[in-house]
Amino acid sequence: MNASGATRSRALPVQARARRRHLKRFRRLLGPLSLLAIWALVTGLGVVSSEDLPSPWHTLHTARELISDGQLPSAMLISVRRVIIGLTIGTVAGVGLAVLASLGQLGDDLIDSSMQLLRTLPILAMVPLIVIWFGIGETPKVFIVALATAIPIYLNLYSGIRGTDRKLLDAARTLELSRLQIIRHVILPGAMAPFLVGLRYAAGIAWLVLVVSEQINATSGLGYLIVNAQNFLRTDIVVVGLVVFGILGLLTDAGVRALERRVLAWRST
Amino acid sequence: MTAWIEDPAAGVRVRGLRRAFDGRTVLGDVDLDIAPGEFVALLGASGSGKTTILRALAGLDPADAGTIDAPPRRAVVFQEHRLMPWKRVRANVALGLDREAVAARVDETLAEVGLSGHANAWPKTLSGGESQRAALARALVRRPELLLLDEPFGALDALTRMKMHDLVLRLWENHRPAVLLVTHDVDEALLLADRALVLVNGRIEGDYAIQALRPRQRTDPDLEATRDSLLSRLGVGSGSRDPRQLISLSLEERTL
Repeated sequence: MNASGATRSRALPVQARARRRHLKRFRRLLGPLSLLAIWALVTGLGVVSSEDLPSPWHTLHTARELISDGQLPSAMLISVRRVIIGLTIGTVAGVGLAVLASLGQLGDDLIDSSMQLLRTLPILAMVPLIVIWFGIGETPKVFIVALATAIPIYLNLYSGIRGTDRKLLDAARTLELSRLQIIRHVILPGAMAPFLVGLRYAAGIAWLVLVVSEQINATSGLGYLIVNAQNFLRTDIVVVGLVVFGILGLLTDAGVRALERRVLAWRST
Repeated sequence: MTAWIEDPAAGVRVRGLRRAFDGRTVLGDVDLDIAPGEFVALLGASGSGKTTILRALAGLDPADAGTIDAPPRRAVVFQEHRLMPWKRVRANVALGLDREAVAARVDETLAEVGLSGHANAWPKTLSGGESQRAALARALVRRPELLLLDEPFGALDALTRMKMHDLVLRLWENHRPAVLLVTHDVDEALLLADRALVLVNGRIEGDYAIQALRPRQRTDPDLEATRDSLLSRLGVGSGSRDPRQLISLSLEERTL
């Protein structure tokens, strides 16, 4: 928002501001809602056959069935679990490597070049190798999610730490903070914003690589549900899977954004 | 290399301080003394090496040669507040202090600088003057024997600056640290300091006692003679009706 816009909205009374917020939320819903309307229209009018794309109602019906027979909940649970474990491991690894790389020349030389190399590699191209290493159990899925998410976390946190304001570091030194205190009170909080950008990015990537790996070598999870449905030409199940992926992706993003609002409260106000 | 001696009872004693960047001499053989509790202003144009001296005293930069005796508890207020934006004002002031007895002392200091009402505010919400008061509180809460002020009022508007002058004087009178105020504002030095040093091209070229009683007025006739000598030592002719404007002009020219 530009400066004059900010001044104007500050001048508005509280009620008007709340109304404006509601209006904005409504406008943001308008896009997805019209997509839904188009979907209903093209399938309802028979422009697209139901084998190619089922109608929204048909999809909803299939979703109910999949929920009541337990297929969807169990597939979701498995996929969500893989994302959470993989993302957690990836985050811990990314943070650890970024801290090690940015605090000393030795760490920088050893770690940063390898990470920069790894980032240019399309991670999904490693799936065959990972299957050879780990077979088709849980390990390869979690491994690939961890690997793919560690990279954006590392890159963003590393540049965040490198970008620490020297003036604040000087101030911290005049306050006689120890090295550990400087990391805790100056460097890491300052790198929090780029870290969260990396986390948001990583959360998106986590779903992406998970689906692909579940479609290649899995017997469970949402990706498997979709590929399996494709074999039986069950377009409706494929679409349900896609919608669920969309919802899970949105929820993950909203979660990171909520975290952002909490942790970066000092930036707004 | 600099040799450091830290003695809490003694003031500041700097001998033969030298510093060069890329072969260019910034400080050449600076000698500097500040008695305990003395308020010294260090005047000079931009690039004269004032900040280099202050940073050496703060322990931020090493010097190439010389000895520095300074009390162990030193605190710095910079031109920008340099508060951690992610910590509320109270946490900023308490940063680096040992836990015991901190809370009471932090609140006491915040009250002293008139920021009690802002203890829970984020630095971003403070005005320029408030931020500098918070920075002063962060320095004072450490009970420094030496307070280093690096043009702390330079970025403030004229009215706020006058209020900050009063505040700094009051705090100094209550706590009596030795003070080194780095500034390019001759009037600021005349209003606040016991002594004004003039730094020209990395050498201290003048040392003037300012004996007028505080609180001083800018128009105080006792300050007139000192102002003239300071200005001429800084290479600015006196005789202008508005020495402040003249000196800022001239100082800018010097840095070109």
